[in-house]
Amino acid sequence: MTAPLHEPTAEAAPSAAEEAAVAGAGSKAVQGRSLGRIAWERLKRDKLALTGGVVVLVLVAIALLAPLITHLVGQDPEAHHEDLIDPLFGTPIGSLGGISGDHLLGVEPVSGRDIFARIVYGARISLLVGFLSAIVAVVIGTILGILAGFFGGWVDSLISRIMDGLLAFPQLLFIIALVSVMPNEMLGLTGTGVRLFVMILVIGFFGWPYIGRVVRGQTLSMREREYVEAARSLGAGRFYILFKELLPNLVAPIIVYTTMMIPTNILTEAALSFLGVGVKPPTASWGQMLSSAIDYYDSDPMYMVIPGVAIFITVLAFNLFGDGVRDALDPKGSR
Amino acid sequence: MLAYLIRRLFAAAVMLVVIVMVVFSIFFLIPKWAGVDIATSFVGKQADPSSVKAVAEKLGLNDPIYAQVWEFFKGIFVGRTYSAGGDVTNCSAPCFGYSFRSEQAIWPVLTDRFPVTLGLALGAAVLWLIFGLAAGVLSALKRGTLWDRGAMVVALAGVSLPIYFTGLLSLAVFSYGLGWLDAQYVPLEDSFTGWLGGMILPWITLAFLYAAMYARITRATMMEILGEDYIRTARAKGLRESVVIRKHAMRSTMTPILTMLGMDLGALIGGAILTETTFSLPGLGQAVLNAIKNQDLPVILGVTLITSLAVLIANLVVDVLYAVIDPRVRLA
Repeated sequence: MTAPLHEPTAEAAPSAAEEAAVAGAGSKAVQGRSLGRIAWERLKRDKLALTGGVVVLVLVAIALLAPLITHLVGQDPEAHHEDLIDPLFGTPIGSLGGISGDHLLGVEPVSGRDIFARIVYGARISLLVGFLSAIVAVVIGTILGILAGFFGGWVDSLISRIMDGLLAFPQLLFIIALVSVMPNEMLGLTGTGVRLFVMILVIGFFGWPYIGRVVRGQTLSMREREYVEAARSLGAGRFYILFKELLPNLVAPIIVYTTMMIPTNILTEAALSFLGVGVKPPTASWGQMLSSAIDYYDSDPMYMVIPGVAIFITVLAFNLFGDGVRDALDPKGSR
Repeated sequence: MLAYLIRRLFAAAVMLVVIVMVVFSIFFLIPKWAGVDIATSFVGKQADPSSVKAVAEKLGLNDPIYAQVWEFFKGIFVGRTYSAGGDVTNCSAPCFGYSFRSEQAIWPVLTDRFPVTLGLALGAAVLWLIFGLAAGVLSALKRGTLWDRGAMVVALAGVSLPIYFTGLLSLAVFSYGLGWLDAQYVPLEDSFTGWLGGMILPWITLAFLYAAMYARITRATMMEILGEDYIRTARAKGLRESVVIRKHAMRSTMTPILTMLGMDLGALIGGAILTETTFSLPGLGQAVLNAIKNQDLPVILGVTLITSLAVLIANLVVDVLYAVIDPRVRLA
């Protein structure tokens, strides 16, 4: 995380091919390898990171295919099954929270909604917020970070002050406040749509300074490099230098910080829904399931364990993969 | 040094004013832009216009925002006077106003709840520093061994577990299942052992998460520093390994750890919202969560100010401590 990536790192795929072609023309023994390829070869050797990556892919597939999966098991995430609930205690009939052939992970207390279907649909919410808010943070952070580092002067001081300020803000507090104060209808969205939209924007907004700082630092150290000077002396304009010369060299740190930001964002979304300001029932979300499980932690512990384990597996998979990507892209690492 | 402190304090004061203005904007401008009337939400949708007007009058919602912000700051330093329909209430400094909902004064609420959160944050910090740093340093020194792998697997699991899940699990197992600990919060002044018993689970749960984070960062930083030239120099001039580790490597490792500690401790002292909700601790975090759900602006403002102040002070202390730990840092 702290490893500085000073060297021009990630190269675009075509240039890698050219390099390989040039090297291949001379001799077969020495082959030029782009950092992208070196990183991929390192990543392939990292069993833990690969496992994490595979789990992430499976989760993405589950989220995308949620309607198909629930259709196959014949359950609906919002359908009630009150006949499966003990009318006296409100807990599911049967052992382990009512796990059966029909209800693979049991049913929720009181309503009897199918937990498997809700976990599958909950993956959509978690991943959607996790990915999109990371994209928001990356876009804002990269643009402002590169501008601050490249132009310096008052642009830099202004952007840096804003980043310091945002990092010192009580973030969770403001995210909760902003999400809860939003109206139920806006921009043509209603209810859950508004909440998701606002959560994505707000989580992304508080996340951009982390990327912004790294990008600014990298840009600062690169803008006086010879290759930038060379481009400038050839008559390249500012924006050509910014986007064609500097940005490609920032890809590696940006990828590293993005993969690390996604699990944090997933945890934030779950926390917001847990606190009752995020996604609300009947829409399924893991954090919201955990928060309803508080009342049943003694009578129906499975209801608490299942969404908790779902969050754990997801975040762990992203963290494993993120650690692997970081090590693979580290220019100081062994080849 | 003095000039540095004054500049930092001035920046902190500016930051606090900005934060208060942002809170005001969130609670006044966004509903206005969305077409929601705040006063209506206090009397209910069916209320007649006159009672809505009376509520708006009483809560001071009719004044322009800048006037409300000004009144708020004036209240903190010199106190303020409320007059609503003939009743005059004097609120002496530091006056944070009265809750929109319960009509209680805010300042006593804050002073009541602050010790709970402070105790939680400090107790957990002691635990996570001891275990996180020890695990991280040992892992870095014994890189690749069984201990290192084991510790890092536990740490990775630790940072991937949401605190409200580990908290609920520990409650279910130790409090309900085994009956070892009471899940009830007891104020420190009532009974020391009762307080200790109620705080052990929250401390351990909170410390587990942070110890995991700190162990990972400590290990990574330490390993990077052990590869530095000055460590080789220290070894080359014949220093004992224990001295190299303690006096050379540990010192540099502490710098990023200290930055994190400042931010984390500040954020936690301002309200460990998730931990307090999970364990039903009557701290600042719980108060602000309820206030946000009730749109109780004065309570939110009060807690936010304390939170921000805690973060800013913690960061300032950390920056001053840098100069003590790292001789290369000069405050100017």
